[in-house]
Amino acid sequence: MSVDLSAVRRIAHLARIGVSEAEIPHLQGEINAILRFVQALEAVDVEGVEPMTSVIPIRLPMRDDVVTDGDIADKVLANAPLTGDGFFLVPKVIE
Amino acid sequence: MTDLTSLTLAEARDRLKSRAISSVEITEVHLEAIERAKALNAFVVTTPEKALDMAAASDARLAKGEGGPLEGLPVGVKDLYATEGVHTQACSHILDGFRPPYESTVTANLWRDGAVMLGKLNMDEFAMGSSNETSYYGPVASPWLPSNWTRERARAALAEGKRGLLSPGGSSGGSSAAVAARLCLAATASDTGGSIRQPAAFTGVVGIKPTYGRCSRWGMVAFASSLDQAGPLARTVRDAAIMLRSMAGPDPKDSTCSPAPVPDYEAAVGRSVKGLTIGVPKEYRLEGMNPEIEALWAQGAEWLRAAGASIVDVSLPNTRHALPAYYIVAPAEASSNLARYDGVRYGLREPASDIVDLYERTRASGFGAEVRRRLMIGAYVLSAGYYDAYYVRAQKIRTLIKRDFELAFERGVDAILTPATPSAAFGIGEKGSEDPVEMYLNDVFTVTVNMAGLPGLVAPAGLSSEGLPLGLQLIGRPFDEETLFTLGEAIEQSAGRTKLPEAWWG
Repeated sequence: MSVDLSAVRRIAHLARIGVSEAEIPHLQGEINAILRFVQALEAVDVEGVEPMTSVIPIRLPMRDDVVTDGDIADKVLANAPLTGDGFFLVPKVIE
Repeated sequence: MTDLTSLTLAEARDRLKSRAISSVEITEVHLEAIERAKALNAFVVTTPEKALDMAAASDARLAKGEGGPLEGLPVGVKDLYATEGVHTQACSHILDGFRPPYESTVTANLWRDGAVMLGKLNMDEFAMGSSNETSYYGPVASPWLPSNWTRERARAALAEGKRGLLSPGGSSGGSSAAVAARLCLAATASDTGGSIRQPAAFTGVVGIKPTYGRCSRWGMVAFASSLDQAGPLARTVRDAAIMLRSMAGPDPKDSTCSPAPVPDYEAAVGRSVKGLTIGVPKEYRLEGMNPEIEALWAQGAEWLRAAGASIVDVSLPNTRHALPAYYIVAPAEASSNLARYDGVRYGLREPASDIVDLYERTRASGFGAEVRRRLMIGAYVLSAGYYDAYYVRAQKIRTLIKRDFELAFERGVDAILTPATPSAAFGIGEKGSEDPVEMYLNDVFTVTVNMAGLPGLVAPAGLSSEGLPLGLQLIGRPFDEETLFTLGEAIEQSAGRTKLPEAWWG
């Protein structure tokens, strides 16, 4: 499989990465080189094989369903580029 | 008197315990060494005040006959580990100014055991790279020089963008360079596809990626969560064993972290290898393989045979699928993990008129080219219509890769011996500029281990004809790091300790 120019634009938007029109042909070439590299996998017989979900058999631990964290709003906001009244601030979303 | 930076971690520990030296003394010597080596670019941030405070506190504990297993020992920390109040950016522009209000479990374990933090080490951005060239803070120069280079030529190259100098490998290139250049006694690193083991091989030091789940991932900047593992880089197998014992251990904050107690890995160093069975997988003998690497591999098997192990051929038929499958699984997980960098909650923010524009501008300028490329691949293989063909298929292939190893271990193989890298270190700027896949091929021998969640240790095993270090890899059963330390030391003993380069940089 390979991607065309419009697919590159779509993928960039899915990844929320802004790309200029000038960059797109170059990105297309790089993405297609990687897709060619992984193409060999199409020939592998995976009939009846379970996809891996956990690489090491480990039982997920259980704990009591109680609050163990919180009341650290200052710490949560400490690294934010823009805050106000204890909230993260972003450009207006709803007109 | 010996230069204190040349001591192994174990030697320094013993001298601190006997009070022959103080932690402040050995910490100061390392801070000076870091200062003189600034041009190598191994450290992105140093924390001298913190280091000296920690060292003084260690000396006070040592004076009372107290102290943990790493008491007073100065170490470096890869920029991927959250360190409270200290620069933590995984060497990315998008995390500009980020100072976590919390400490990663692995580094907290080191400080609990008395270690002293010297600073944060350079790395490929978000650990995506095999040469440390994708770092926002620029490449790291290896302390090793190309053959016939003079000190003067090397110093001139350092001043001119490091052209012609060698890469210390990646992604843990700052860690490997710092350990090999004796800027710290040991360092933390991390390994998603080979990022501990390839830099160890390139710089003539020891690295171990433990079993998935042996170390907590809490507070490590995530790349690919089902593959990422913490591990140490150190100058001897014993030193790596001492470091891993402190780094590893159960953690309620990471549900994938094993609750099993951590063995005393150092006790495994020096055990006899008699009676152990070592598998040599024929699928690692690649077409067009570098004859030096092939000879080193055979030599390694011969050393272990001479030490009393038996060598058997094993087959891992799905080996060749590991690297392509990795380049689906790892970008997919990365695209999910790195979705959090949105310009809202931390790090860089580019001004924009609406929220989607804010995300797209911030992520376009905050991520470097390699990270952007992998995030796009990840978004593609997870997108509607492609998920089954790429991602699910790659996860099925991962099951096959793991099964290959399980069958080998069921037949009585205790560990598997392979080359660490396809070649010795390459030059800065030499690879991957035209075709990203060229760089990816560096991980061909290491990536299978991450795909199967197994432990893998790389020990230096000799020098190339150009005089550059080459390493061998030992792959173990899940949670059997001890056997790797035993075998690794046997290789170290047979090969002789690698003589690290003299300080040409200053």
